[in-house]
Amino acid sequence: MSNRLALRIALLGGLALVLFGLLFFRLWTLQVLNGEEYLAEAKNNRTREYRVSAPRGQVLDRDGEPLVRNRTSLALQVDPTKLPGDRARRHRQLARLAELTHTSPRRVRELLAEGRRRTPGAPVAIRRDVGHYLVYYLQEHQREFPGVSVQRVFVRAYPHGTLAAHILGNVGEVSEKQLEEKQYAGLEPGDEIGQDGVEDAYDRFLRGEPGLTRIQVDAFGQPTRSGHLVSRPPVPGRDLKLSIDAGVQAAGEAALASRGLPGGFVTMDVHSGELLGVGSFPTFHPAAFTRPMTQAQVDALYRDEVLAPLANRAISGLYPTGSTFKLLTAVAALESGEIEIGTPIFDGGSITVGGQEFQNAGGAEFGPVSLVRALQVSSDVFFYTLGWNMWDNGELQRWSHRLGIGREPGLDLPGGEPGLLPSRAWRDSLFAAGETDRPWSAGDNIQLAIGQGDLQASPLQMAIAYATVANGGTVVTPHVGLRVEDAAGRVLREFEPRPQRRVRIEPQFRAAILTGLHDAAQAPEGTSYAIFGNFPVGVAGKTGTAQRVGYEDQSWYVALAPYPNPRIVTAVTIEQGGFGAESAAPAALQILEAHFGKQSSGEAGPNGGSPG
Amino acid sequence: MYATRARQARPEAFAVRPGIAERLGLPYMDAPLALSAVALAAFGVFALEQSTLNDVPGSPGYFADRQAVYAVLGLAGMYLLARVDYSRFRELRVGIYTFLCASVALVLVFGFAARGSRRAFDLPFFSFQPSELGKLLLVLALAGFVIDGARRGSARQRTVRYLCLGFAPAALVFLQPDLGTSLVFGVITLAVMYVGGVRWTHLATIGTVLAALVALVLVAAPTVGAPILKGYQEERLTSFLDPSGDPSDAGYQQNQAKIAIGSGEKTGRGDRATQTRLDFVPERHTDFIFAVIGERYGFGGAALVLSLYALLIWRALRIVTLSKNSYGILVAGGIAAMLLFQVFVNVGMNLGIMPITGIPLPLMSYGGSSVLATFLAIGVLQSIHAQARLSQAGRFAW
Repeated sequence: MSNRLALRIALLGGLALVLFGLLFFRLWTLQVLNGEEYLAEAKNNRTREYRVSAPRGQVLDRDGEPLVRNRTSLALQVDPTKLPGDRARRHRQLARLAELTHTSPRRVRELLAEGRRRTPGAPVAIRRDVGHYLVYYLQEHQREFPGVSVQRVFVRAYPHGTLAAHILGNVGEVSEKQLEEKQYAGLEPGDEIGQDGVEDAYDRFLRGEPGLTRIQVDAFGQPTRSGHLVSRPPVPGRDLKLSIDAGVQAAGEAALASRGLPGGFVTMDVHSGELLGVGSFPTFHPAAFTRPMTQAQVDALYRDEVLAPLANRAISGLYPTGSTFKLLTAVAALESGEIEIGTPIFDGGSITVGGQEFQNAGGAEFGPVSLVRALQVSSDVFFYTLGWNMWDNGELQRWSHRLGIGREPGLDLPGGEPGLLPSRAWRDSLFAAGETDRPWSAGDNIQLAIGQGDLQASPLQMAIAYATVANGGTVVTPHVGLRVEDAAGRVLREFEPRPQRRVRIEPQFRAAILTGLHDAAQAPEGTSYAIFGNFPVGVAGKTGTAQRVGYEDQSWYVALAPYPNPRIVTAVTIEQGGFGAESAAPAALQILEAHFGKQSSGEAGPNGGSPG
Repeated sequence: MYATRARQARPEAFAVRPGIAERLGLPYMDAPLALSAVALAAFGVFALEQSTLNDVPGSPGYFADRQAVYAVLGLAGMYLLARVDYSRFRELRVGIYTFLCASVALVLVFGFAARGSRRAFDLPFFSFQPSELGKLLLVLALAGFVIDGARRGSARQRTVRYLCLGFAPAALVFLQPDLGTSLVFGVITLAVMYVGGVRWTHLATIGTVLAALVALVLVAAPTVGAPILKGYQEERLTSFLDPSGDPSDAGYQQNQAKIAIGSGEKTGRGDRATQTRLDFVPERHTDFIFAVIGERYGFGGAALVLSLYALLIWRALRIVTLSKNSYGILVAGGIAAMLLFQVFVNVGMNLGIMPITGIPLPLMSYGGSSVLATFLAIGVLQSIHAQARLSQAGRFAW
C-alpha cells in the first residue's frame, strides 16, 4: 500500500475516532451528567393527573334544615386529545355537538381554547345539566363523537329557593387573582370556591379536598392497560350549621316582599350575636349562578342600580336611621351626665337654634317630658335639645361609636360597611377641603340626635347598638356561622366569637331606656302601640322615619323582645316605606310572631339555655 | 522405549489433515469483526424482544422473531460471501450496477407504498427494500469502475464520471423518496473516490458544491417558493437545531428520544422504561432502537453497543490496510465509510446531535433488508480478509 493511500486511510480512521468520541461524550452528558433531569422528565411524561372534584358541604339552618345542598348533574365533557385530527371533521363534530347541547359552535371552541390554556390535554366541560335523553343518544352514537364523555359533577342546589340568598352567596371557579392568595394555595384553575356570603366566608370548611387520579398514559394520552397508578378519593366538604332560623328568615323575607319595596332586616340574639335572620329585598335566585346566565338575567342582577337585587341591604345598606337613633342619643346623654333619668325638658313643638327652627314630626307638642316619655312618644324636641347640648363635647359621637355606629360591624360575612357617623372632625375636614359649605355646627348634632342628616348606618349596626343596651353593655360580634359538622352530625368546630368590646351601661339607665321603648311599643300613645299593643310577648321597640333627599321617607323599626329581658333584636328598614309604624313595624311584628310562635309551640329557642 | 518411539511417530507435513475449523475456513476470517457483528445483532434482537412485547396483539415476539430469522440468514450469507473471492465482483461491475439501478428504478414503479414513499417490493414473507442491498452493490460496482477507469481520461473527467455513476442511483433513491439512503449512497460514492485517490482539490471542490447545495435546498429554494425537499424532510433536517418546540413535530421525536436515553442514567430502567415502552419515542424498533437501549440498559448498555460498533469499524479499516489488491482496498474503504456514516448519523440522531434522516442503525434497527445487507457487506469484508490471509499463506482458494 502506497504512503498516500496509507495517509488517506489514517485520516479516515482519525475521523472515525473523532466521531465516536463525539458520540461517547454526548452519551455521557445525557445519561451520566444529566440523567436525573431526564428521568424526572420521563416520569412526568407518562402520567396524567385528573382532579376529581369533591362535593362541598351542606349549609344548614340552626335546626339542621338544609339551605344549600348538592345535586349531581351530568356534564358533557370533551377530551381534546381524542378529537379527530382532521380540521374539517373536528369542526363538523363540534358543530354537531353544539347543536345537540343548544350552544353555539363558537362557544364550544372558546371553551376548548380556554381549557387548553388552563390545563392542556385535560377534558373540558362543554355543558352542565344535560338531559338523560342526550346522554343515551351520545352513548348510542359514540363512534360519531370520539372524545365526548359524560361526567357526574356536583352542583349547588337550594331547596328553599331564594331563602337567605344574600347570606348564602354562591360558588364559582377560582379566579386567577384568587389563585395567588394564600388561602387558596393548592387549588388549580377550574376548581370551584365560594365566591360570596357564607360560601366564601366558610369556604375552607365547606370546600373539601379534591381527589386525585393519576393514570399512566402513552404518548397519545391513552390510559395504558395497567393504567391506574394512584387514586386518592375526594374528601367531601364539611357541613356548616348556621345560626339562621329558617322560620324567622322566611318570615322576614316574606314581610319585606309583601311590601314590595327595597329593604332589609336583621334578627339577632342579643347575647351571643347569633344572627337568626338576615334578609334583603329585592332578592334573587342563587341557583341562577349554577347555570350560564342570559344577558337579561345578568342585566337584572348586576346592572339595575336602583333595585340592585344582589345588594344585601341588611348589612351594607346605609341610610339615616330616623328616630331609632334616639336610643343612642339617650345612652350618650345619660352616661355623660347630660341628663338624669327624670330630667324634664319642655317640648313646645319646636326649638330654634342659631336662627334655624327644628320641629316635631307632624307638628305635635308634648309639653314637659322626661326620657321614658320622650322615647314612648318619640319627642323630637327632647332629643333635639340633647343634641344641641352635646354639640360641642363629642359625647354623642363617642357613645354612638362605642355602640358600633360608624364602624365595621365585625360580621363573619363579607360586605359589612362602616357607614358614617357625622362628627366635628369629619365635617371640619370636609370644610377645609372645600367639599361642604360650612363647618360643624349645632344643627349637625341636632339632626344626628334624631338620626337624620348625614348619618349612614345599616340595620345590622342598629341591631348591634340595641343589643348592647339590652344585654347591659356587651357589643356582640354578629355571626351566622354556628358550627362545622361532619356528615354524621358530629360537631367538629363551634364558632363563638368573643364580643367586640364591652361598654359600661348603668343598669338603671338600661332599665329606663327599655321602659321607654316598651311603652313606645305596648303602652297606649306609644308610637307603635297600634302594631304591638296586642302582641302577647313583651316588646321594646322604636320606630324611625328617615328623610332621604330625593326619596319618600324611609321606614325603620328596631324591636327588642321579650321585655324586660330581651333575648332577640330585630331591625327592619324599608326604603320609601313611609313612617316607621307604617311598614317597618308591621314587618318586625311578622318576624317576632314567627320567632315566638315557634317558641311557644315548644321547639328550642335561639338561646334557650342562657337568658341574660 | 516403546513410549519414545511412539512419540517420535509424528505425521509428516504433507499428511496434514485439516480440522473442522480449517475446513470451514474459520482461521481465515477476522474473528473480532464477525463476533462484534453477531453480538450487535443479538443485542438488537434482545432489545427488540423486550421493548415490543405488546406491539402486535397476540404475537409478543413478532418483531424479535423476524429480526432473528433475518440475522441468521444474514450470518449464513456472510459466511458464504466470505468464502467467495470478492475480486469476482470487479468483473461483474456492469451487471451489478445495472441491477442496482434497475431495482431502485423499478421499485419506484412497482414498489409497495408505505407512508407515502415507495421503497420496497412486496414479496411473499418479505418486503424487499432494494436500496439497502443497493448500498453494498454500489460499493462493489463503483470500486470496480474506479479501478478499471484509473487510466482513462483526465483526472477531472474521471472525477466527474465517478460522481455521475454514484449519484445516479442516489438520485433514484431520493425520488422514492428516501433521503437517508440517498445520503448513504452519496457518502459511499465520495468514500470510494477518496480511497481511490481522487485529488484533494477535486474533493475540496465537491465539498464546496455540496455545501452550497445544502444551503440552496434548505434556505434559498423554500424562500423563493420552489422547495426541493418535502416539508417533513426539511423539518426533520432542521428541527434538531431547536428540538424543544412543538411536541407534535419532528423536534418532539428527537426530544423524546433524548429524554429516553437520558432517563436511562447509568444502569438503565429495564422494564420500568416508559419512554420507549409507551410510544413516546416513535419508530422505536427501527430508527430509534438506540433510544430503547439507552433507556433500558443505561450508559452501560449504550456504551457497550457503541464500543462494539467502534470495534467493528476498526476491524473494517484494518482490513482496508490488509487487502491484497486495490479493489479490496476500495471496497473495504467504502463499506467502512458506509458503516461509520450510518452509525454516526443514527446514534447522533438518537442523541439529538444529528438531524432525523431515517437512516437505520446497522444490524440493530428492525428491518430484514437492512440486516441482511449489512451482514452481506461484512461478508465481503471477511472475504477480503480471507483472501489477504490466503495470499500471505501462498494459497489462493479454500
